[in-house]
Amino acid sequence: MFDYAIFLAYALLSLALVLSFVRLVLGPTLPDRVVALELLASLTVGFIGVAVVATGRSAYLDVAMVLALTAFLAAIAFARYLEKGGHRSDD
Amino acid sequence: MTEGLTAIFLVAGAGFMLIAALGLLRMPDLLTRMHATTKAGVLGAGLIMVGAAIYIGQLTVVVKAVAVVAFLVLTAPIAAHAIGRAGYFMGVPLWSKTHTDELEGRYDPETHTLASSDKPPGDATAKAEKDRGRDEPGS
Repeated sequence: MFDYAIFLAYALLSLALVLSFVRLVLGPTLPDRVVALELLASLTVGFIGVAVVATGRSAYLDVAMVLALTAFLAAIAFARYLEKGGHRSDD
Repeated sequence: MTEGLTAIFLVAGAGFMLIAALGLLRMPDLLTRMHATTKAGVLGAGLIMVGAAIYIGQLTVVVKAVAVVAFLVLTAPIAAHAIGRAGYFMGVPLWSKTHTDELEGRYDPETHTLASSDKPPGDATAKAEKDRGRDEPGS
């Protein structure tokens, strides 16, 4: 029963990963892609959480922590680049 | 008991993350997409972390999981604010059924500072004075 729950969680997260990857490819604007990348990072944190339960190795939580940190820094850097150096899409 | 609770938290968290991805794919413009991903995504990751903390049950693991959740909850609004602001300045088109944009004409396009409603600088001043003149023809 417990194995089925872990399998179901993996399946739902995989489907979410596919859906957000579709938005990453479709765009249409760069900020949309940045939002999709941010959700991909959150989904990976979720995957690591499920992997901690499935394997029983709690050391993976450190990876989740570092991944959340770098994803935040990447989002801030992208936003700064878009605001200061990006081109307007309406001219 | 522990396994049942963990299973509920894991499946609920994964379900919320699926809802977030569905919202990201189906919502019509940038701001509504961010509305879906920021809240549901953080809630889903947080529930999965709570499930992992319950399952392992050691103090160090619980502290790490709480740290991850606290970090997500602290940083997600900041990142969403930065991206939404950048998208607004880039001129990302809003949804066609958007009926109120309270920031329109209030941002200085060069300095990206927000003008107050009393004395807006730059071309926002001219627009505000034109509006005021139309409202009070005697002044």
